[in-house]
Amino acid sequence: MNAPFDPASIGQSRRGFLKIAAAAGGGLMVGFWSLPGEAFAATAANTAVAPADLNAFIAIGADDTITLTMPKVEMGQGTYTSIPMLIAEELEVDMDKIALRHAPPDAKVYGAPFGDQFTGGSTSIRLMWEPMRQTGAAARMVLIQAAADQWKVAPDSCHAEHGEVVHAASGRRIKYGQLVQAAARLPVPGKIALKDPKDFKLIGKPLKRLDAKGKTDGTALFGIDTVVPGMKVAVVAASPVVGGRLKSVKDAKARKLRGVRNVVKLDNAVAVVADNYWYAKQGLAALEITWDDGRYAKLSTDDVRTIMLDALKKPGKVARNDGDALKAIAADNKRVEAVYINPMLAHATMEPMNCTVHYNAKEGSAEIWVGTQVPARARDDAAKVLGLAPEKVTLHNHLVGGGFGRRLYTDYVVQAAALAKQVKGPLKVVWSREEDIQHDLVRGLYAHSVSASLDAKGMPVAFSHKIAGPSNLATFAPSFLQNGLDTDNVEGSDTFSYDIPNMRVEYTREDGPVPSGFWRGVGPTRNMAVLEGFIDELAEKTGRDPLAYRLAMLDKQPRAAHVLKVAAQRAGWGGKLPARSGRGIALMRAWGTYLAQVVDVGVNDDGEVAVKRVVCVVDCGHVVNPDTVAAQIQSGINYGLTAGLFGAITFKDGRVEQSNFHDYRILRMSEAPVIEVEIVRSTEAPGGIGEPGTAGVGAALANAVFAATGKRVREMPLRPELLKKA
Amino acid sequence: MVKLEINGKSREFDVAGDMPLLWVLRDEAHMMGTKFGCGMALCGACTVHVDGEATRSCVLPVSAVAGKTITTIEGVSATPAGKAAQQAWIAAEVVQCGYCQSGQIMSAAALLAKNKQPSDADIDDAMSGNICRCGTYTRIREAIKDAAKSPLLKGA
Repeated sequence: MNAPFDPASIGQSRRGFLKIAAAAGGGLMVGFWSLPGEAFAATAANTAVAPADLNAFIAIGADDTITLTMPKVEMGQGTYTSIPMLIAEELEVDMDKIALRHAPPDAKVYGAPFGDQFTGGSTSIRLMWEPMRQTGAAARMVLIQAAADQWKVAPDSCHAEHGEVVHAASGRRIKYGQLVQAAARLPVPGKIALKDPKDFKLIGKPLKRLDAKGKTDGTALFGIDTVVPGMKVAVVAASPVVGGRLKSVKDAKARKLRGVRNVVKLDNAVAVVADNYWYAKQGLAALEITWDDGRYAKLSTDDVRTIMLDALKKPGKVARNDGDALKAIAADNKRVEAVYINPMLAHATMEPMNCTVHYNAKEGSAEIWVGTQVPARARDDAAKVLGLAPEKVTLHNHLVGGGFGRRLYTDYVVQAAALAKQVKGPLKVVWSREEDIQHDLVRGLYAHSVSASLDAKGMPVAFSHKIAGPSNLATFAPSFLQNGLDTDNVEGSDTFSYDIPNMRVEYTREDGPVPSGFWRGVGPTRNMAVLEGFIDELAEKTGRDPLAYRLAMLDKQPRAAHVLKVAAQRAGWGGKLPARSGRGIALMRAWGTYLAQVVDVGVNDDGEVAVKRVVCVVDCGHVVNPDTVAAQIQSGINYGLTAGLFGAITFKDGRVEQSNFHDYRILRMSEAPVIEVEIVRSTEAPGGIGEPGTAGVGAALANAVFAATGKRVREMPLRPELLKKA
Repeated sequence: MVKLEINGKSREFDVAGDMPLLWVLRDEAHMMGTKFGCGMALCGACTVHVDGEATRSCVLPVSAVAGKTITTIEGVSATPAGKAAQQAWIAAEVVQCGYCQSGQIMSAAALLAKNKQPSDADIDDAMSGNICRCGTYTRIREAIKDAAKSPLLKGA
């Protein structure tokens, strides 16, 4: 079983190819993209293309400027540094000579290898590792060929370094810029020679981020920073109840307020358009809105929980079925069983949802300024609402002020387009924090039942994991379902590392009433919270040490065993701790990455949990930028701890009860633990790194709380009232 | 008309007196470095200096700062503590998505201007009003300690 966006699962159906062409002004362009197999077969790699058709990843000008077009969106994960590293490594240019630009919306060119332009699922380095190096290498090879032709020497007597081709024997050297015209006329090399990893100068080094300066001096531009001449600002209120409709609005008072220009209605929302955000916000507060709450007017969190617990009893799709786990468990009257709940969560990106749209009715065109993880989808979805062909819509993507899955969705873009369609001139729609928290596409509520049958030594011989909850894959990318199975929902469970002869994983789809979406760590975050908690329960049941218990089942998984052992040793596993302090451990394997975490907590008499220290050992295969890996792990851990300590979106009377950072708490500096990250040296294929830190830390936290208090938490977040000193 | 002194320059704005400084900066002056995060002084993304004090501009009526000295992220490099913080931020590779970092740097610069040897507890006190959703706290702490050693802060 492959995870939905795993390179292995798409490798067969699509093939990549390179193109080389002349750029306007005599430069060299090298592009890479992939097409479905059949289209590839019909396309010769060297067919002439108009430069306009070739949105190259690399453009080298006659003036030696090097511009790289970033196919992935930078949302903090460091992709604007690591992808240039892959290209620069093979192209033999210095990182400080590179200029970057955001890719325009074009799923065909920048959506490789899926044909869908998205950044998410911890896929960037896994998918770009080969193609980006090949693109850089192809450019290097034609530049060397062009120099060799000019000097009438053999290409293999030349080499490239620092943006020049060098013929060592004669001491001649020539800058790339002087070669681009000739190189652009050369065919794509038949065999691309990638560098031997031992010769890497950049890959594997902790290089500095290319986007750091602008993010420390206030010049970095996010979507919300868009300023267009004549622009108005809208603040919006959508139906507070899921599926509700706008019934009526009294706006006389609002329209009299300073700076208010218009009140614009949609089916399920109303917005006040004004000269600036503040005036629009005041205007919105002055509206008298009547909503038609619809069928979910009374919806509560308990309703959602009940729906998912009921779904748990219905048959689903079986993702893994080794041996006959159900039979073995049914036959065991000492079987161990538990039900776990993963709560609903908000993404709460620091940059609230926003989008600026200029709809030009006269010309039948539109322009959009936004930060999105899915530029092509955003443009296409906006075009649909505006009644325009996608090519009539220009989208300018920006740095993303936090994605975490939220900006994989285009609801806020579609809404802004629908509002802008009713307004003359450019309109910036900015959600208040309250709107953002209450109209998130939440991480859905998932119910899990786990059961196991143990042998005489207490080791599991049969293990069953049943999952019920929304299918994000089915709504976002149905073509990635595998025989109808949502592989995201079983990810991490289907690759559960422990050696258990009878193992069953089953998923029942139940989307429930609350619109939900991908949330950092996706399936593995939910599944690890359950499985690594339950493994701890089994160890406890048999009186075994949680670390030793895990290791006893990992003889066949050396990478998993290694990260566990190193993490435990570094954390001082087994050492004595003060009263009401505890240490918990968890293993995580997903996205091609292995990771072990040890969490130290202290629980005060009031039941409040302080996370003191997290030790994380990660084996993510070949590392491109170790500093980025460490940063992503630190980030992922704090994101996961925030959820474990505080995270829950709850509903009452159809409305989200939380509204801002006072009741949807985010970990703060004073609460953030010491985090120690150790990266295992490895030459295995690169694994994902944006999400693994988040997955696993919740279980390690709950296990540490158990060690400290003897209380087992099966539904996060931790509740101090349940952890008070007796 | 409200007269403000922002980053050493005097500017006038024809806005409602109850309009928070944040929106004057962003939507009137088009200085986009100061960010909107919550509108309730809960996250610190909008932090600026008013007469050298770290202040949440999203709840600060512009009428209350007339005649006071305002420093934003765009101007903080002119102060030794601001410059030291920015340099340390880059050296420690703090930023990720970067959205909250203007506010983080403004809070750190205000701390460093007064306290050249901040302890962990001082850092907790000064920085706990600033949320970072990317969780860069480990590196922010490291950067503040590093900035405190900057020659820029000697004799400042």
